Amino acid sequence: MSTLRLDNVGFTYQKGMPDEKTAVSGVSLTFEEGDFVGIIGHTGSGKSTLIQMLNGLLKPTTGSVYIDGDDIWDDKSKLREKRFKVGLVLQYPEYQLFEETVRKDIAFGPKNLGLSDEEIDSRVREAAGFLRIPEKLLDRSPFDLSGGEKRRAAIAGVLAMRPEVLVLDEPTAGLDPRGRRDILDVIKNYHEAEKKTVILVSHSMDDVARYANKVLVMNNGTLLYYDSVGEVFKHALELRETGLNIPTVTGILLTLRERGLDVDTDIYTPAAAAQTITDAFRGISG
Amino acid sequence: MRDITLGQYINGDSVIHRLDPRVRLILTLAYIVILFMFNTLLQMVLALVMILLAYALVKIPVKMLLKSLKPIIPIILFTSVLNMFFIKGDVVFSFWKIAVTKQGLYYAAMMSLRVICLLAGSSLLTYTSTPIQLTSALESLFKPLSKLGLPVNDLAMMMTIALRFIPTLLEETDKIMAAQKSRGANLDTGNFIQRAKALTPILIPLFVSAFRRADELALAMECRCYNGGEGRTRLNALKIRRLDYIAVAVFTVCCVLLFMAGRLAV
Repeated sequence: MSTLRLDNVGFTYQKGMPDEKTAVSGVSLTFEEGDFVGIIGHTGSGKSTLIQMLNGLLKPTTGSVYIDGDDIWDDKSKLREKRFKVGLVLQYPEYQLFEETVRKDIAFGPKNLGLSDEEIDSRVREAAGFLRIPEKLLDRSPFDLSGGEKRRAAIAGVLAMRPEVLVLDEPTAGLDPRGRRDILDVIKNYHEAEKKTVILVSHSMDDVARYANKVLVMNNGTLLYYDSVGEVFKHALELRETGLNIPTVTGILLTLRERGLDVDTDIYTPAAAAQTITDAFRGISG
Repeated sequence: MRDITLGQYINGDSVIHRLDPRVRLILTLAYIVILFMFNTLLQMVLALVMILLAYALVKIPVKMLLKSLKPIIPIILFTSVLNMFFIKGDVVFSFWKIAVTKQGLYYAAMMSLRVICLLAGSSLLTYTSTPIQLTSALESLFKPLSKLGLPVNDLAMMMTIALRFIPTLLEETDKIMAAQKSRGANLDTGNFIQRAKALTPILIPLFVSAFRRADELALAMECRCYNGGEGRTRLNALKIRRLDYIAVAVFTVCCVLLFMAGRLAV
């Protein structure tokens, strides 16, 4: 069992200076093992700051972050050890590639864990397998890969550390629709196979609705909603008022209701939407 | 990395902000030169008062100035201590073989003040001038050298680009460090060689991205038909106005007074 708990966590940049800026304040929540959580919010809503506190890259200015019940900042000498439990993939992770071959680059994390050569090798294979990186690419230079391949290699570098919790900050940014679908499918497969917690920061409500089972909505540095996908998208109107996107399907249904069609609007998947629209028309004709 | 205040521009609309950047640059250089010509404590104190008055004009908080002085405190202490102990003269007090002399204290105080004034003066220039203003001032001042075949325009463009990318690269370094730390890179412990080795995962991506940016920028400049600085005009042409003449006059008068103060003290 591995849980990640935040207790009244806040972060202020440049604390004490005239230009101090509070990015996150008063966030308390628990990421349960095995959940697939989508984090959404505007640019500047504190998403990136929040996830950098999850693995101790940033130290919260108020509150604490607990992994398996231990405050990660309790003992600074153990911080690195605790950090290994939370694998963080930052935005544009391909910019972190530096080794001569893809294989060596994926092995960088496991090597830092101090594993044996055989163990490192098997982890590299495993991670490359999850990310669908063909064997022949492993001995190429990471700088010769295409954009999408680079990104997958970089994510493999974090997965090879076998984190208990995998956090991804906009892993699909700057990719074409097919590249996006590929990356998200890979993450979904990993989640289903390993049953480990996945936290996905995304701009796209459609992606979150499709892949996550829980949604966390950040607004102006505070927690607005944190609940199952269905519950959060029941607040579609409020979400829209704060200027956030809602899933395309929910948007269509809201418009239909405004135009007088009696459809259910707490829906975020195309199949269920088709059903409620059909039912509504049956109701009219019947 | 973000705490570097030297070289930071502070937006404002003070008298000093409104000066022609060339005048600001020349006055700063003149100020630095006179700091080295002064040789009495009284003059140094007055020079400090002068620069503090300039800061008051710009309304930059003293806190900010103190913060930028922080990194040079060791240098000040080091030179003061050396001066204090190694200058011979009238002994004020002594212990064991070390004697502190009146002259030593005098020079220590003067050196410290000189270093503080130097830093305060050059910081004032960067606080009140954008990098673009500075480079166009340099370009304009070096213009005569283009007759000797020096590519002044190109050099100015290079400087502008270099200055422009300092914050970008700092931000990039922060991001890469965060990414490698997340992969367990150990940047803070180990001996010198281990630490130098630990920098490889930071430096390689940084260089790669610097080259990538250079490529992109070159392409973007070519797309906009940049073909060297020859014949380019400026949006904000530099122009010496009455305010600049007044500033130069005030500065000159202050300097003359300070030199006279030096005579009085002797």
